[in-house]
Amino acid sequence: MSKRVDVSDLHVYYGDFKAVEDVTMTIAPRSVTAFIGPSGCGKSTFLRTLNRMHEVTPGGRVEGTVTLDSEDLYAPGVDPVAVRRTIGMVFQRPNPFPTMSIRNNVLAGLRLNGVKEKATLDETMERSLRAANLWEEVKDRLGKPGVSLSGGQQQRLCIARAIAVEPQVLLMDEPCSALDPISTLAIEDLIGRLKADYTVVVVTHNMQQAARVSDSTAFFNLAATGKPGRLVEMNDTATIFSTPSQRVTEDYISGRFG
Amino acid sequence: MSTLLRAAPAPRTTALAPGRSRGRTLRSSAATALIWLAFAIALVPLVWIMWTVLSRGLPSMLHLTWWNKDQSGVGPAGFDHQVRGARHAIVGTLLMAALTSLIAVPIAILTAIYLVEYGRGRIARIVSFMVDILSGVPSIVAALFIYAVWVTTFKLTLVPACASLALVLLMIPVVTRSAEEMLRLVPNELREAAYALGVPKWKTILRVVLPSCMSGIVTGGLLGFARVAGETAPLLLVASYTQFLNQNMFSGSMAALPTLINTNVQFMSSDPISADRVWGAACTLIVLVLAINLAGRLLGHLTRVKS
Ligand SMILES: Nc1ncnc2c1ncn2[C@@H]1O[C@H](COP(=O)(O)OP(=O)(O)OP(=O)(O)O)[C@@H](O)[C@H]1O
Ligand SMILES: [Mg+2]
Repeated sequence: MSKRVDVSDLHVYYGDFKAVEDVTMTIAPRSVTAFIGPSGCGKSTFLRTLNRMHEVTPGGRVEGTVTLDSEDLYAPGVDPVAVRRTIGMVFQRPNPFPTMSIRNNVLAGLRLNGVKEKATLDETMERSLRAANLWEEVKDRLGKPGVSLSGGQQQRLCIARAIAVEPQVLLMDEPCSALDPISTLAIEDLIGRLKADYTVVVVTHNMQQAARVSDSTAFFNLAATGKPGRLVEMNDTATIFSTPSQRVTEDYISGRFG
Repeated sequence: MSTLLRAAPAPRTTALAPGRSRGRTLRSSAATALIWLAFAIALVPLVWIMWTVLSRGLPSMLHLTWWNKDQSGVGPAGFDHQVRGARHAIVGTLLMAALTSLIAVPIAILTAIYLVEYGRGRIARIVSFMVDILSGVPSIVAALFIYAVWVTTFKLTLVPACASLALVLLMIPVVTRSAEEMLRLVPNELREAAYALGVPKWKTILRVVLPSCMSGIVTGGLLGFARVAGETAPLLLVASYTQFLNQNMFSGSMAALPTLINTNVQFMSSDPISADRVWGAACTLIVLVLAINLAGRLLGHLTRVKS
């Protein structure tokens, strides 16, 4: 249920503008990988190339390869829709579907792709909500609109929605940045438990959060303003936070810039 | 405004807020008075029209015969002293507007979806430009076009549906623009959320984007319906009036409220009965358009998705 992602020599563009340059990295299965770095260095852009969401943006394109357990995601003939079904994504701001109930939000991925058996749907809904640590809070009001929940609950609903389609990899772009500390802790706790089943990648601006939840950490930076972002280094989280090999990483982590 | 002022009285003593000078207060009051005056002047014709039409038209409208009889059995307009009904014209107006909507709304929604969701570059710009041009076409020209194509080119006889075809040209840009606006209001995040679940684009549009803005699109459709129901010029050109109720869009003549007015208005000054018909029809048209408008807004309000 969880696969390895290999990225090699990846360049990411918005039209003629090169946003991210030459990234090579390996994301291990059943682990949490954190992406850190100053604003605008291309963390979100790079993350979105991992499930081919980048090309949804007009002008968005990539060069290089991304493989999922040695299957090339950008090979000709690969359907981006199928890729996204395998690699789920949670966004910075909770975005439940406003016209759907809590239940239908969780099941959106299945129902929109034609699954109809009530037993399967009910079973998936409960399992996903339990996995997202939301079941107890919503089990009595599954018919209520998804947007009637609090921000933190909505974000957990979005996580439940993402894992309901049983992806191999779960990408999260600053999943806690719109949330209060309590909800943040709930999500962090959840991330820690999700790695038992999924390959998880988390973008975060919060160093403590990266240190708390992740097994390995990748530090991105801009070579200079106007230049594309690049991967400075990637290692075990413990190593990155204690003895990084690059000076800029240490400066960034200790808060001297960024 | 006033509660705000009361809650925080201006500290007149501090240097930063020395209170208003007398001149400024005076100028402010003068400007306020001027604005109210302009507002009142703008309101005069509106109230006048409403009052005239309602006071003269309501009495005819309040008879049951107005709603369930047509003008059959009434002699040449005017001279036999009975108002009788406008059923033929009311039904005609509604039927024509309904057929118009049936054709125009799907085209308009598909065009809007193309422009917002798929349109990129040159072709989209051209389509958008065409919609602009269409919305600038005078209604009489739209009718002339249908007349030319139908009668001159294809040598067919005019049927009531021709009026609908002319109205389609007027309705498409209105509904396209409002649907476009509604589609653009749907946050991109919702589309991305669906894509990230592995939902194909067409299904995302059909099952996520459209439901999120359906109330707005329906409201736009009803407003378009109200607009073409009140449209007159095309009817004068391609829809010939008849005294009798006709419910077949594809044969004969069909009355509409504007053409009922047009037929009777020439006898208005000499014949009070004709005048009653004219005012009754005018009043009915206003009430009809108003009711559809209100229904549209109400529907939009009730089904709006809260987020
Ligand atoms: N839709 C877009 N079109 C063109 N350029 C874009 C677009 N989105 C982002 N960029 C550019 O790509 C670069 C990387 O942006 P990105 O959003 O990936 O940064 P980030 O590391 O996620 O920043 P943050 O931490 O603030 O979220 C920036 O220079 C940004 O201006
Ligand atoms: Mg970002």
